[in-house]
Amino acid sequence: MAHPDGIGARVRRREDLRFLTGRGTYTDDINRPGQVHAWILRSPYAHARITAIDTTAAAAAPGVLAIFTGADLAADKVNGLPCGWLIHSKDGSPMKEPPHPALAQGKVRHVGDQVAVVIAETRSQARDAAELITVDYDDLPAVVSSVAALKPDAPLLHDEAPGNLCYDWHLGDLAATEAAFAHAAHVVTLDVVNNRLVPNAMEPRAAIGEYDRTGGDYTLYTTSQNPHVIRLLMGAFVLGIPEHKLRVVAPDVGGGFGSKIYHYAEEAIVTWAAKKVGRPIKWTAERSESFLSDAHGRDHVTHAELALDANGKFLGLKVSTVANLGAYLSTFSTSIPTYLYATLLAGQYTTPAIYAEVKAVFTNTVPVDAYRGAGRPEACYLIERLVDVAAREIGIDKVELRRRNLIPASAMPYQTPVALQYDSGDYVRNLDLALPLIDYAGFPARKAEAAARGKLRGIGFATYIEACGIAPSNVAGALGARAGLYESAEVRFHPTGSVTLFTGSHSHGQSHETTFAQLVAERFGIPIDNVEIVHGDTAKVPFGMGTYGSRSLAVGGSAIVKAMDKVEAKAKKIAAHMLEAAASDIEVKEGKFTVAGTDKSLSIAEIALSAYVPHNFPLDELEPGLDEQAFYDPKNFTFPNGCHICEVEIDPDTGVTKVVNFVAADDFGRVINPMVVEGQVHGGIVQGIGQALHENCVYDPESGQLITGSYMDYCMPRADDVPSFTLAYHEEAPCTHNPLGVKGCGEAGTIGGSAAVMNAVVDALAEFGITHLDMPASPERVWQAIRAQRKAA
Amino acid sequence: MYDFDYHRPTTIADAVALLAQAEDGRPLAGGQSLIPTLKQRLAKRSDLVDLSAITELRGIRDDGGTLVIGAMTRHAEVAASDLVRSAIPALAATAESVGDAQVRNLGTLGGSIANNDPSADYPAALVGLGATIVTDRRSIAAEDFFTGLFETALAADELVVSVRFPRPDRAAYQKFPNPASRYAVVGVFVAKTGNAVRVAVTGAGAVVFRHSAMEAALTNSFTPAALEPIETPADDFNGDIHASQDYRAHLVKVMAKRAVAALQ
Repeated sequence: MAHPDGIGARVRRREDLRFLTGRGTYTDDINRPGQVHAWILRSPYAHARITAIDTTAAAAAPGVLAIFTGADLAADKVNGLPCGWLIHSKDGSPMKEPPHPALAQGKVRHVGDQVAVVIAETRSQARDAAELITVDYDDLPAVVSSVAALKPDAPLLHDEAPGNLCYDWHLGDLAATEAAFAHAAHVVTLDVVNNRLVPNAMEPRAAIGEYDRTGGDYTLYTTSQNPHVIRLLMGAFVLGIPEHKLRVVAPDVGGGFGSKIYHYAEEAIVTWAAKKVGRPIKWTAERSESFLSDAHGRDHVTHAELALDANGKFLGLKVSTVANLGAYLSTFSTSIPTYLYATLLAGQYTTPAIYAEVKAVFTNTVPVDAYRGAGRPEACYLIERLVDVAAREIGIDKVELRRRNLIPASAMPYQTPVALQYDSGDYVRNLDLALPLIDYAGFPARKAEAAARGKLRGIGFATYIEACGIAPSNVAGALGARAGLYESAEVRFHPTGSVTLFTGSHSHGQSHETTFAQLVAERFGIPIDNVEIVHGDTAKVPFGMGTYGSRSLAVGGSAIVKAMDKVEAKAKKIAAHMLEAAASDIEVKEGKFTVAGTDKSLSIAEIALSAYVPHNFPLDELEPGLDEQAFYDPKNFTFPNGCHICEVEIDPDTGVTKVVNFVAADDFGRVINPMVVEGQVHGGIVQGIGQALHENCVYDPESGQLITGSYMDYCMPRADDVPSFTLAYHEEAPCTHNPLGVKGCGEAGTIGGSAAVMNAVVDALAEFGITHLDMPASPERVWQAIRAQRKAA
Repeated sequence: MYDFDYHRPTTIADAVALLAQAEDGRPLAGGQSLIPTLKQRLAKRSDLVDLSAITELRGIRDDGGTLVIGAMTRHAEVAASDLVRSAIPALAATAESVGDAQVRNLGTLGGSIANNDPSADYPAALVGLGATIVTDRRSIAAEDFFTGLFETALAADELVVSVRFPRPDRAAYQKFPNPASRYAVVGVFVAKTGNAVRVAVTGAGAVVFRHSAMEAALTNSFTPAALEPIETPADDFNGDIHASQDYRAHLVKVMAKRAVAALQ
C-alpha cells in the first residue's frame, strides 16, 4: 500500500500553521540579551569622493556606543566582500575584480552605498545619531546605463576596471555560426532590453552579530539562503574568523528569490562590531533600504540575430549582450550573464551553431546578481521573442515553427552547441499537453469576441529550458566557480524510531519541511509526523551549499537519498543479526526488513532501538547508532522544461494589458508533492508576469538616484493582476542522473512566464504593425506604441 | 520617526486650541499619509493632535436633502453607508475605490481633503458634486478649498468639521489608477443636476480642476460622443515615469467618456 504521505501525495505544508498564524521566528524576531542596534549611514550620491567624515557630534548623541567608518575596517584589516566566480575574457585575461568594501573607502559608487555604521542602545538613537554625521562629498558624474558606461567619455567607477568593463566574454563557435548565416534563407534580428528588477522578498534583510569573549565565539543570525556559504565567505575571506569559531544561523527566512544568497556588508559589519562593542548588535533593513541595498536582477541590453533555412529550420544564433553588474561584484554576479545565460541559448531547439558574447559593465547602481531564474529568463525571453519575430516575418504559424525546431525526445541525451548536455526531456509532449488546455484552435473566435468588446486579444507561447542544480563541482570549478556545488544531508534515527533530518539546503518558502519529510516517511514506512527537518544552522547541519537555482530537491534531495541508502544498508545488517539470517536474505519494503520467504520481519523502529540499545547487536561488525551523513555532487545539471501559453487582452484606449488566460505544461521530472509544485509554479508565473507588465527599476540617468525606490513607484504584481492558472505536468522524462529523477521547479514560472506574456502582448498589437515592445508593457508604453503606429499610418 | 508630543482632545475647541499653541503642530486624522511620511523622516512635527476621540467629527446624516459627512468618517464607512449609497452612489463608489481595505478602514474624508494630494480621489468628488466644506469657523465651497499642490484654504489651526454634499441627479467617478501605487493617475468625476453638468478632474494636474470645455459639451449633449472632439491641454499636467503629460491628457478624455457612458 502506498504511503499516505509519500512521494506524489498532496501533503499540506507542515510549516503553514507556524507561518500563517504569525509564529515564525525570523531574524528580526530574535532578540539577544544585551542587544543593541546598528543603523547604516548610506550614500545619498551615486558617485562621489569622500573627503572627510566628522562623527564628533554623532558620537556624543544619546545612547551611542560606537561609530565606525571604512577607516576603522581598514585599520582592522577587514577585507572586502569576495566574488564567487572568476570569469575570463575572450583574450584569456581574468575579469577585473575591484575591491568591494563593507564600508566605503574614500569613494561611494551608488546611492545606498554604506558609509558608516552607528551602534546605539536603540534603533532610533542610532538613526538620530547617523543624521549628525557630517560627510563631505565631492560629487562626481554618474553613469547608470550599461551601454552608456562603455562609452569612452563615461565616468570611471574603479581605477582597476578601465572603461568600466569587468569582462568581455564569449561562448560558442563564431566561425561555424557565421558560416550558418552565410547560407541562411532568412535572418531575423531583434534588439531587446531585459529590464532591471528589485527582488522584494517579503521579509527585509536583517542580521544580528554576537561575540562571546569567554570562548572567542562569534554567532551571526542572518536572512540567508545559504548559511554555510556566508560562514565560509565572511569567516575566511572578510573577517578572518576560523570556521569553528563562527556559527551562522539562518532561521525562518521570508523569501529570497536569490537576493539572500549573497554575503552582504551588513552581516560582516554587525559580526565585526559585536566584538568591538562587546554587545550583540541587530540590524534590520527598512523597506527603502532593501530597494537600495538588496542585489537587483536582470538588466541586459542585447542584440540578437537568428538564421533560418527556407523551411524555417534554425541554422544559427548570434547574440551580443551588455550586462549591468552595478557598482560592485556581488557574490555570484559574474556567473549569471555567462554560465547561467549564454549556455541556455539553445533553448529547446536544435539550432546547430550559436555564438554569444557578453560584456559585463560597472555602473553607479546597486549590484546586480541572481534573481529568480537568473540568466535563464533572459535567455528564454530572447529566444522566444526571436522565434515569434521569425514566425511573423517568414509567415509560418508560431506553433508550427517551434515544432519544426524542437529537439525530439529521441535525440536525448542532447549536446547543445553552448556546452550543456540535456539528459532528458520530451518537449513535443509539453506542447501537446498545453495546446488543448489553451484551446489554440478556438483562439480566433476568442479574439473576435474580444474585438467586439473593443479589446485586443493576443496569444503568446514560450518553450523554456532551465538548467538547475548547477554542477558538477569539478566542471564548475574549471569554469571559474570558487565554491563546491554539492549538498549534504544527515538522517538521524532516534532510539524509538523517529527521525531528525538535517539538510544543507535551506527553506525560505520552498516547503522543505513537508517535501523532504515525505521522502523519509515513504522510504522507511513511518508516519510523516515522526520526521523533523532541521536546516539553516551551521552548528547543527553538515556543510551545505544552501538553496538557489532550483537545486534543493535535485541536489539536496539526492543527498538525503544517499544518507537513507546508508541507513538502510546498516539497518539491513542489524536486521540480519537480529533475525539470525544473512544480510543478503533481508528484503526491504516500505520500511519492513523481512527474511526472504518468511514472515520474520522487523520495522525500522525496532532496528533503531537495537542500534541505540545494542544488547542484541553485531558489535563486532558494526558501530552502534543509526545516524548517517552523505554528500551528493551531481553528475550534471538537471533540465526542467515546459511550454507556457498566455493570452492577454489590451484596452487600446488606455494601453492596459490584462492577462486573461495562462497555461503552463511542465516537466519537472518526478513530482514529490504536486501541491507544493503548483504553488512554486504559481508564484513563478506571477513574477514572470510582474517583469513583463509591471516591475521596472528606474534610475535617473543624470543624478543616479533610484526613482523607483518604494512601492509608490515600483510596481509589484498583485493578486488582482493575474488570472487563475491552468497547470499540467508530466513525469515521462525523469532526470536520468539523480536517484529521485527530479529536476526542480522553483524558477520555471519566472523563466517561461515573461516571454509568454510579451509574445502575447506583441501578438495583440500586431494589427498595428508593432513587432516588438520592451518590458514592462506598462499602460503608457503600450498606448504610446499604438499611438505612434496610428500616427505613422 | 522623530519625537513629537501627542494629544488626543475630545472637543473641536480643544483641538483647535492645541494646534494654535503648537510650534509646528498637525492634526492626525486617519494618518494614512501623515504616518508614513513621519516614519520615513520626511517630515518633523512638534505636536500631533489626534482627532479620533472627537465624536462630533464623525457620522453621516441627511440634512433636508443634503448629505452631511463628518470629517473623521472613514472611507470604509462612507463606502458601506446605506444613506450615501442611496443618496449619491457615486460618492460611495469613490470611497470604495480609495487605496486598499486597510487604508479605507483608517483613512478619513477630512484627512484626505485637508492633505489634498494631487492624485487623491475625494477632491474630484467634492468639486464634481459642488460640495461645501464646513470648518470650525466657516464654510468653504469645494472649488475654493483646493488651492494648489497639497495646499488648501485651511488655516494652520483650522479643522474640517464636515462636508455637505448636495444630491445630484446622476453622478459617476472613473479612475485610472497608477499601476504601482493605485492612486489616481487621472480621475474624472461627472455629476448632472438638472441641466447643469460638472466635470472635476483629479490626478492630472497639480490640483483638482473643473473641466469647463467638457462641462459645456455635456450640457449641450450628455453623451460620451460629445466629449470626442475635446482635447485637453497637457502643458500644466503632471508627468512621471508612469504617465506623461500627453498620456494624462488622453486619459482625461477616456475616463470622462467612461463616466458619462456609465450614466447613460
